[in-house]
Amino acid sequence: MEMTRRAFLKMGGLGLLGILAAPVLDTLARTDLGRVMGASGVTTAKRWALVVDMKKCWENGNGSCRDCILACHRTHNVPAIPDGQEQVKWIWTERYENAFPGQENEFAQNLLGQPFLVLCNHCSDPPCVRVCPTQATFKREDGVVMMDYHRCIGCRYCMAACPYGARSFNFRDARPYLGQPNPAYPVRERGVVEKCNLCEERLAEGLLPACVEACRYGALVFGDLEDPASEVREILRTRYTIRRKPELGTRPNVYYVVG
Amino acid sequence: MIEKALSGSKRYWGWLILLLFFMGLGLAAYLMQLSRGLTVTGMSRDVSWGMYIGQFTFLVGVAASAVMVVLPYYLHNVREFGKVTIFGEFLAVASVIMCLLFVVVDLGKPMRIFNMILYPTPNSILFWDMVVLTGYLLLNLVVGWNVLEAERNDVSPRQWVKTLVYVSIPWAISIHTVTAFLYAGLPGRHYWLNPLLAARFLASAFASGPALLIILCFLVRRFSSFDPGREATQKLAVIVTYAMVATMFFFGLELFTALYSRVPAHGLYTLEYLFAGRDGHGNLVPFMWASVALALLAIVLLINPATRRRESTLMVACGTTFLSIWLDKGLGLVIGGFIPNAFEKITEYVPTAPELFITLGVWATGLLILTILCKLAVCVKEQVGGIS
Repeated sequence: MEMTRRAFLKMGGLGLLGILAAPVLDTLARTDLGRVMGASGVTTAKRWALVVDMKKCWENGNGSCRDCILACHRTHNVPAIPDGQEQVKWIWTERYENAFPGQENEFAQNLLGQPFLVLCNHCSDPPCVRVCPTQATFKREDGVVMMDYHRCIGCRYCMAACPYGARSFNFRDARPYLGQPNPAYPVRERGVVEKCNLCEERLAEGLLPACVEACRYGALVFGDLEDPASEVREILRTRYTIRRKPELGTRPNVYYVVG
Repeated sequence: MIEKALSGSKRYWGWLILLLFFMGLGLAAYLMQLSRGLTVTGMSRDVSWGMYIGQFTFLVGVAASAVMVVLPYYLHNVREFGKVTIFGEFLAVASVIMCLLFVVVDLGKPMRIFNMILYPTPNSILFWDMVVLTGYLLLNLVVGWNVLEAERNDVSPRQWVKTLVYVSIPWAISIHTVTAFLYAGLPGRHYWLNPLLAARFLASAFASGPALLIILCFLVRRFSSFDPGREATQKLAVIVTYAMVATMFFFGLELFTALYSRVPAHGLYTLEYLFAGRDGHGNLVPFMWASVALALLAIVLLINPATRRRESTLMVACGTTFLSIWLDKGLGLVIGGFIPNAFEKITEYVPTAPELFITLGVWATGLLILTILCKLAVCVKEQVGGIS
């Protein structure tokens, strides 16, 4: 068979691309991500959501599993600052009555005192984005509420505006509290605000958020609310779910399965 | 005209040196804050604004209150205020400068402050606050300076200056309204999420500002040969009286809705924290009750004509008015808004020493500017008085 040098290189290149693409396609095939990413591999006008099945978490994790928190904080170089009042947190637990104030009753013994995972709700109408004077915090078309650490002036107006306590300010230098930093994600400077970014840097690579990937029990489900066939939509259709402070009209995109 | 600030009595220089000393202390503390971060303050992830933003809010009110002399003088021809409008305007200038300084010292990244201009964001109330405050600063500086210069040259101010005066009247209302909107539009901060907030802000501003102006007039008369006139301070005292009563009335309205409805979303838990303590936390309780007691004392002294007219008791009334509103707005309002936090837990706030030094330093800067501006005004007025 005759083959020019040019055709050989072409075929070789395509083959190499196939080998490289295989793990990506593999990941996509295993997750919901494939459904929501267009053929081009770019996410468009969709709405990300996270459904947290606390029952699965409690039953399997026995209250001691912290896999999702550790994975997130390791991935994003979140410092472990001992002073609780200067802590930086992206995802952590709060008791039911603290996460859902006003919804508790003293006889709901199955819920009172139970830990709930809390994080940025990536609200559909985020007050933090509304108040930011420099657009350092903004909402992407796919719903991710993002931070530009290089534009933030550290006025902390977003912290006053967030009704979920989801934002942290870098009161001090983070470096001494990092342990082994992850070189793939920037360490924030002192003086700026940060929060969960729904792993936008991982989404861009076709991966799931670190917390979702880290959960061994499938208690965290990530997907697209605009896709009627997505797993998150299936859960919202069949299970009773609640959101934090729905009365404020922020329309959170983090849902909790409690029953 | 500025050269008049460079000559003065020993007492004048002594006062300036004292202020410079506190400014120096504040600067040293600020350099420390710059190098170590806001960790040197008492602020936290739960109470993320503190002393600085409290002072900022209070001083916007003092600045806005200049309108209480400008409006009667220019719109209603209340001649008694002719001698004091300049002090009202210069008080506004000094206050707005303090406001801007308090915002800057509160920033985590002050070197990026111009991002607010580089990326103008009309949906942010902070953006509008910057616009109205800088505008108000310029208006008062230009108007005050030109009116004073016209007075020195014994001519009436030019028409464009008067136009700016008329612009400055609604502008003054706008600065405190926009500052109230910083707070009154935040979901989840029950104590702030209150349509009455701007009205209450303005009422308390029109009490605290003119009270300070009365004290200022007294000091001017005491330390110079210029007398702003008893009629002016008496008229101002009436304004303080009405404004103080309105302030307490608005406060009562808030209390009623919260306490009678018992709805947490009307700031019930914050009021509990502020006035009774909650879950064993009550750092601000004595301050809040002091604020109420001082306000009541001021109202008694102001409503009673005999004590309002007597200078010594009027001074007490003005001092207590100022202090009462400073406690309520400079401390209780901002800190209270963060307590309880988003999880209905309580983290208290106590300012640290560096924070207090920086606060003192900014106040000293404002007082220095006020002193110099008043010195100019007094010199011109003494000169004019000497000629006529």
